[in-house]
Amino acid sequence: MKSFNEKFAEVVFLIIAFSALSVLALITVFIFIEGLPIIARVGIFNFVFGMTWSPSHGEFGIFPMVIGSVAVTLGAAILGVPVALCCSIFLAEFAPAKISNLIRPAIQLLAGIPSVVYGFWGLVFIVPIIRNYLGGPGLSILAGSVILAIMILPTVISISEVSLLSLPRLYKEGAFALGATHWQTIRSVLMPAAKSGIVAGIILGIGRAIGETMAVIMVLGNAVAIPLSILDPARTLTTSIGIEMGYASGEHREALFATGIVLLIIIMILNSIAQYAARKR
Amino acid sequence: MMDDLKLKSNPGVNLKTEAVNLYYGRFQALRGITISIPHRSITAIIGPSGCGKSTLLRIFNRMNDLIPGVRVEGKVELDGASIYEKNTDVVALRKKVGMVFQKPNPFPMSVLDNIAFGPRQHGVKRAAELEGIVEQSLRQVGLWEEVKDILMQPALSLSAGQQQLLCIARVLAVGPEVILMDEPCSALDPDATLRIEDLMRDLAQDYTIVIVTHNMEQAARISDMSAFIMMEEDKAGVLVEYSPTAQLFSNPKDKRTDDYITGRFG
Repeated sequence: MKSFNEKFAEVVFLIIAFSALSVLALITVFIFIEGLPIIARVGIFNFVFGMTWSPSHGEFGIFPMVIGSVAVTLGAAILGVPVALCCSIFLAEFAPAKISNLIRPAIQLLAGIPSVVYGFWGLVFIVPIIRNYLGGPGLSILAGSVILAIMILPTVISISEVSLLSLPRLYKEGAFALGATHWQTIRSVLMPAAKSGIVAGIILGIGRAIGETMAVIMVLGNAVAIPLSILDPARTLTTSIGIEMGYASGEHREALFATGIVLLIIIMILNSIAQYAARKR
Repeated sequence: MMDDLKLKSNPGVNLKTEAVNLYYGRFQALRGITISIPHRSITAIIGPSGCGKSTLLRIFNRMNDLIPGVRVEGKVELDGASIYEKNTDVVALRKKVGMVFQKPNPFPMSVLDNIAFGPRQHGVKRAAELEGIVEQSLRQVGLWEEVKDILMQPALSLSAGQQQLLCIARVLAVGPEVILMDEPCSALDPDATLRIEDLMRDLAQDYTIVIVTHNMEQAARISDMSAFIMMEEDKAGVLVEYSPTAQLFSNPKDKRTDDYITGRFG
């Protein structure tokens, strides 16, 4: 039989572990209670696909923000994922220990920079470059995509690198022994074998990009209109909440919570896909 | 003996080393290895664990190159040409000298893609040609009838024995002269082991096979020549005796060989 102390410790750990879970449940329930009524009143279709966001006139269509989120995230993935994959291949396959031991912590450091610093740097560095060389106001989808592309690097790089490194050595040896070059081995054996982990990393990166708020507020321009070019300003679901929550009340406030529901669902779907991809082997 | 006759009918030498030393950093793993491996025959490398058998095998296709800090001294020749020159084409070398590993290591792709892997990397693109190579290689190892209807299934769904045969077929598809086998049966059950041994005898008609094995009965059963390697005081492996298998097992020249094959150590 277990002693009383053992039992007691077990129960304490159990309670603490569940309290983390219950916070998640609390937040979810809270957001749904606050946000669902407005969705019910406006209708889910009119809410998600409504073209006009004008809370003072009682119009709650978040489609411009949905488009803004999708565009910025897609842009971040297009710019960031190839760089991240090259970087992880370099770290896992080519870099001598000395160099990878230098690069790896540096990339982890990228994850530690506060997002407001990214936003500030984007505002004073990226935005003027875009304004001067490509035109438009500078505050744009492109600026947001560049910043987010950098911010998702650590996630995508470290997960891809780990999945490459965790492959059995025998795959590599087998391919080399058949006369494949190093690059052929990476392209035809290692990358396909590590595909599930790499896909999971990319999706988690995308989830990170879609949820990012502060950095994006500062460089995106935040106009509530459907952007027609990557040089146009836009607003995302997160920035919409971030900008307006401070002064919103009544239906307006409910609509922002409802925006939160949409975000939460998108991120839950992305995380489930990532977990599914990572488990599939 | 039949084996001796076979050797006489194929007197050429395929692989040769002369006074080879191999170092892992400061540690010397092999010392003064001189060995000539005859054409179209099976040569077994035997010896106690850790004596450098696999290291010696991996000299012949330069797999040791993958380990940082490895240094090889002395001469290693394939068909009379040194393979440790600055301008040696390692890819071409590995096409000629294939390797089968201890644990079956099919790639996580279909049966067909596994066999077609080598030819594809070496520039064969036409589907018909690839399919021809795949069928011929699988027939050579006697696996065709079992897998011809599941060519698109993942190779990892095959049994361990089938996987190892697949790996041998994958090597044959590249068109090698020499096949190196690093304890190819140690992860297999007795039936699969027997199947691979039979196959090796068949393949020895056309290929030079060098096999590392822990299993002395296996060496005695299948090989034409046997090389006994063991560690000296400083842990460096030396070639103690290299003779026709029948002679090495029945009438060893060296006392240490005698002690090892009669089970007094190792």
